[in-house]
Amino acid sequence: MTRAEVDPVHIRVRDLHKSYGAHHVLKGVSFDVLRHKTNVVIGPSGSGKSVLMRQIIRLEKPDSGQVLVDGVDYASLEGMALQSKRRQMGMVFQASALFDSMTVFDNVAFPLREHTKLSRKEIRERVMARLESLGIAAAHAKWPAELSGGMQRRVAVARATVLETEILIYDEPTTGLDPLTVLTVDELIAETEEKFGVTSLVISHDMASVFRIADRITFLYFGEVAVSGSPAEVLERADGPIMEFIEASGVSRDFIERRAKEAG
Amino acid sequence: MAEAPTAAPPTDPEQRAGQEPEEAIAPGPWERALDWALAPFVEIGTLAQLAGETLFWLVRRPFRGRLFIEQMEFIGVGSIFLVSLTGFFVGAVLGLQLVDGFRQFGAENQVGAVVGMAMAREIGPVFSALMVTSRAGSAMTTELGSMRVSDQINALIVMAVHPVQFLVVPRVVAGVVMVPVLTLMFNIVGLTGAYAVCTRMLGIDPGVFLGQMRWIVDWRDVRMGLVKAAVFGAAIALIACRQGFFASGGAAGVGRATNRAVVQSAIAILALDYLITALILGQGLAG
Ligand SMILES: Nc1ncnc2c1ncn2[C@@H]1O[C@H](COP(=O)(O)OP(=O)(O)OP(=O)(O)O)[C@@H](O)[C@H]1O
Ligand SMILES: [Mg+2]
Repeated sequence: MTRAEVDPVHIRVRDLHKSYGAHHVLKGVSFDVLRHKTNVVIGPSGSGKSVLMRQIIRLEKPDSGQVLVDGVDYASLEGMALQSKRRQMGMVFQASALFDSMTVFDNVAFPLREHTKLSRKEIRERVMARLESLGIAAAHAKWPAELSGGMQRRVAVARATVLETEILIYDEPTTGLDPLTVLTVDELIAETEEKFGVTSLVISHDMASVFRIADRITFLYFGEVAVSGSPAEVLERADGPIMEFIEASGVSRDFIERRAKEAG
Repeated sequence: MAEAPTAAPPTDPEQRAGQEPEEAIAPGPWERALDWALAPFVEIGTLAQLAGETLFWLVRRPFRGRLFIEQMEFIGVGSIFLVSLTGFFVGAVLGLQLVDGFRQFGAENQVGAVVGMAMAREIGPVFSALMVTSRAGSAMTTELGSMRVSDQINALIVMAVHPVQFLVVPRVVAGVVMVPVLTLMFNIVGLTGAYAVCTRMLGIDPGVFLGQMRWIVDWRDVRMGLVKAAVFGAAIALIACRQGFFASGGAAGVGRATNRAVVQSAIAILALDYLITALILGQGLAG
């Protein structure tokens, strides 16, 4: 057995710092991302969640610290070495980021056309299957601008999952969706993870959703990790601002504790 | 199980959320003057780097033929009407002015030669490039800028598609190929305009007009114009892409970037025009 198969930790984030000018956004963030699990990062708006994801996926270079993916430090990769590692991770952006010069179908087919040698027919089948499972097959010929925000999000999820990368990062995949679609996306995250053994890293604001899907929760509070652990551990250790944050979401403590017990 | 170290829970949220950058000291007048003076060099450095990356990715696989065709169509076919229209009027007015001026010393029969030479060497490439800037260059910046501010460029990067290869290379190649083609067209239409005005309205003999032109203008003049056009095409596309690529600040930021791209391209075209002319003629660079 290789080390990768044994190690339950897929990504180790260590002492990550990032500043924009004089604005110190990430102040030494450390946490673990578990393999084949749903890892959720929560935290108030502006606490640096999106910035943290941009460092992990190496859209930006952290000022210091490490992002160890199976022992390889992404934070220090450069040039072609980085380029060749990119296909390990996929991402659903907060604002969908669909290519508005392409139809829904072409958006979802894009990663397949770029990185696989599948035939037209196989691509068509895969893309349509993905769109169908998300309930947007009827919109395959439309342009992104013609879709509602919720539908755009679903297309973005389809595009990010179609290649079946090892690690998938979702930046608030459910914000702004109706409760039923939230359930669908939650299921999709869980399903992608089970079917393809994906490690998911999800940013979320939706507490009900968080405790429904999370195997592990990291609470980011203005550039620092306040607590990180299983849902039960987080609840146990939660104090002050975290409890406030959870309570303000309007989700009952009972529900959360029940879910946490089930998960733990 | 490996447990990530957890930081101490931070304190008062209000205070933290409102935290302002501590070292927000305004730069002094000297620093600002220095920044201002160095800005053009920094800009040229950025463009040179983008040009280098473009060359690097130009020769790497995959080769996406469709993107090149799309861009050539956008720059070339899309500009035919504009370039023809401006070409005709520029040629016509040039004929009119030169006949009027040259008549004063009885040299109006030379107009065909002068128009031909001026068009081939200078006016064709410079005007075509300016027209492409206003139409295609600005649209490129807007498109890439919107892609930047809506995370589409980041989405490309994350999907392991290099944005320079995917977005910049096809545009630069299309510029290098299509601006010379448009220049040729500008010249042909412009000469037709000058010919029409000179021979139909100003009484210049058609045979003399064409004969003088053929005698004076040769392939080297045309070639000089085409070399310029190719360089202008590269410059327009690189500047447009650079501005769009690094746009920030939402829709307003994209607007500002487009503005900068058009101004920079116009300046670059005229400055490069002098530089290339001097290099080709082998004079005018140093005493
Ligand atoms: N490119 C940037 N330049 C300067 N400051 C930035 C940049 N990106 C983010 N910031 C700052 O970093 C802080 C954290 O931003 P971030 O987008 O990570 O928040 P977030 O936790 O994702 O919030 P939300 O839940 O609202 O998405 C904010 O104060 C923001 O102003
Ligand atoms: Mg965010």
